[in-house]
Amino acid sequence: MTSHAFNLRRFWAVVVKEFIQMRRDRLTFGMMVGIPLLQLILFGFAINMNPKHLPTAVRVADPSPFARSLIWSLRNSDYFAITEVVATEAELRERLKQGRVQFGLTIPEDFARRLLRGERPALLLEADATDPAATSYAVAALTTLAETVFDRDLQGPHATLRAKPGPVEVRIHRLYNPDIITQFNVVPGLLGVVLTMTMVIITALAITRERERGTMENLLATPVRPGEVMIGKLIPYILVGYVQVTLILLAARFLFDVPMLGSVPLLLAVILAFIAANLAMGITFSTLAHNQLQAVQMAFFYFLPNILLSGFMFPFRGMPVWAQWIGEVLPLTHFIRIVRGIALKGNGVPDILPDLWPIGLFVVVMLSVAINRYRQTLD
Amino acid sequence: MKDDLAIDVRGITKRFGDRTVVNDIALQVRRGEIYGFLGPNGSGKTTFLRMLCGLLTPDAGSGTCLGFDLRTRAGEIKKHVGYMTQRFSFYEDLSIEENLDFIARIYGVAGRREAVNRSLEALGLAARRRQLAGQLSGGWKQRLALAACMIHQPALLLLDEPTAGVDPKARRDFWEEIHRLAAEGLTVLITTHYMDEAERCHRLAYIAYGNLLTRGTAAEVVAAAGLTTWEVSGPGLWELAESLRGRPGVEQVVAFGNTLHVSGRDAAALAAVAGEFSAAGRAWRRVESGLEDVFISLMETARDNWAA
Ligand SMILES: Nc1ncnc2c1ncn2[C@@H]1O[C@H](COP(=O)(O)OP(=O)(O)OP(=O)(O)O)[C@@H](O)[C@H]1O
Ligand SMILES: [Mg+2]
Repeated sequence: MTSHAFNLRRFWAVVVKEFIQMRRDRLTFGMMVGIPLLQLILFGFAINMNPKHLPTAVRVADPSPFARSLIWSLRNSDYFAITEVVATEAELRERLKQGRVQFGLTIPEDFARRLLRGERPALLLEADATDPAATSYAVAALTTLAETVFDRDLQGPHATLRAKPGPVEVRIHRLYNPDIITQFNVVPGLLGVVLTMTMVIITALAITRERERGTMENLLATPVRPGEVMIGKLIPYILVGYVQVTLILLAARFLFDVPMLGSVPLLLAVILAFIAANLAMGITFSTLAHNQLQAVQMAFFYFLPNILLSGFMFPFRGMPVWAQWIGEVLPLTHFIRIVRGIALKGNGVPDILPDLWPIGLFVVVMLSVAINRYRQTLD
Repeated sequence: MKDDLAIDVRGITKRFGDRTVVNDIALQVRRGEIYGFLGPNGSGKTTFLRMLCGLLTPDAGSGTCLGFDLRTRAGEIKKHVGYMTQRFSFYEDLSIEENLDFIARIYGVAGRREAVNRSLEALGLAARRRQLAGQLSGGWKQRLALAACMIHQPALLLLDEPTAGVDPKARRDFWEEIHRLAAEGLTVLITTHYMDEAERCHRLAYIAYGNLLTRGTAAEVVAAAGLTTWEVSGPGLWELAESLRGRPGVEQVVAFGNTLHVSGRDAAALAAVAGEFSAAGRAWRRVESGLEDVFISLMETARDNWAA
């Protein structure tokens, strides 16, 4: 009966072997450090969901002090960069069509006169809305700006034309990320994305490799048990996962100034559960794939919904219900919520529990699938 | 009485899809015996060995290996069996020493360091212990694999073509070693395609298309085949061979250097053929049938049955 129990000595043999093999496989090891760095640079520096200084063309059909005030304050706002002043409507359209500007602003004929007469003349802002994300913040900014921009020009009798306050005052507190800094949202999410990407692929490869190289036959002929092989193989990758985590957390702190309001040890503990979820997924793939290529394909197949539906790139609540359901199944979705919660909101254990148990459930389900599917024979 | 048998299996059958690859094989191997397992390519030798050490589950049949039930005690069997795969299946990205060390750890060899060192010395690879296994030549890989599957001092060795690609000197050393260990009680089941190795086994079994066709000592196997063989020497042997094929009684015509071996089971018919073709300076001589003649004859008969 002893051979059916988990044997520490055999388990350790596997761990030692895996460490040696990992050390020899410089390319893979390099990738595991390189991927997080690359993603940090790409996502951390390159992606900005709140773009500013967008090129804007202005057509001034009525040069007046109002027009000057407007242009001056646009220049001073973060969102618009006035790159061109054009004379005709056609020219403006052309610039938009060619994508040379994001916005075209028209100050129409008789603007000043009609304004002073209280006729509420229209300011026309034409936006290249092919990319909605690129325009929405700027459009909102202009609306707010237009309410007050002419206050200085509307003096004396014209002061009555100033925008009147509405019956209620709306107060907005942007909590947790008041300056809408994309990095604060993206970098914590990146922690989960990097781990998902590397952990799943690496483990899926680890076992298929044994099969593809024929070493599985030898391994199966020895008394080593499936649990010993699997967990023994995973230990080195857990360490690699923590190396990645350290890199990203350091970058978050020192490169992107992402706040860390919550407890770092708590975060590290949650990460262990999340790594386990990914490793379990990877092992399951490896028991399904017949060769390393298939394993990589499966890992990519898994990666896509993770990137798109987890709330990493696009707002989770903006997705249709069926997509949200898929998202809820993915450990990444919950992990991203937990990380953002701990880092930006200072969440503690009670706050993260609703997102922690789905990860735990995923680990249990996947591991039992993997252990069930792991063949002790070559059949 | 039973304790005397290292391998005792009956009715072992394995199907892949609807192809029966191993068909109802029974095999008894005594402790301390070197048992040769022969047969043409694809006859099911590897599949049979894999079933013995628990790598494949038989579709039918039962039995014991080292006294442990094949179906329920695979874990125990694995601890006491050394299985050498046909294809090199150690880690090419581990060094020679690391491979041996890994296996020794897995089996929980007592005095692991010494065991690995002893194994390296015996292999003559002590100086190259840090070399990666993947960089070894084919023959050396083979020898490493052999050393590795013996490091835990198993009671039964299952060797799948262990000497394929190994040079004659190393092959002789290997057989010396095997016989020494067998004298100490080690049981060896070995597959090979070499006739000289077949003759070095205590007993043999011949399997073709999954069926066990014959077994016994080399002499018994030859005798049981009932084959008569004539050796022909002289000029124009190639043309002679062409005209002999298909004659009644002639089952196989094989060139052996400067002679031709003509064999068949019908001694009288063959003698008649010998008389007919003995002219033109050719000498016909009755010789002992060799194992090879027997095996080729068995294989061709089996193929006929298969086709039928
Ligand atoms: N996993 C498998 N799936 C399907 N068919 C298989 C499998 N393994 C072996 N076979 C088939 O079973 C037959 C016997 O194969 P096996 O490897 O046992 O032959 P062998 O006697 O060892 O041959 P060789 O002398 O070439 O090593 C072959 O026809 C092979 O194609
Ligand atoms: Mg074979």
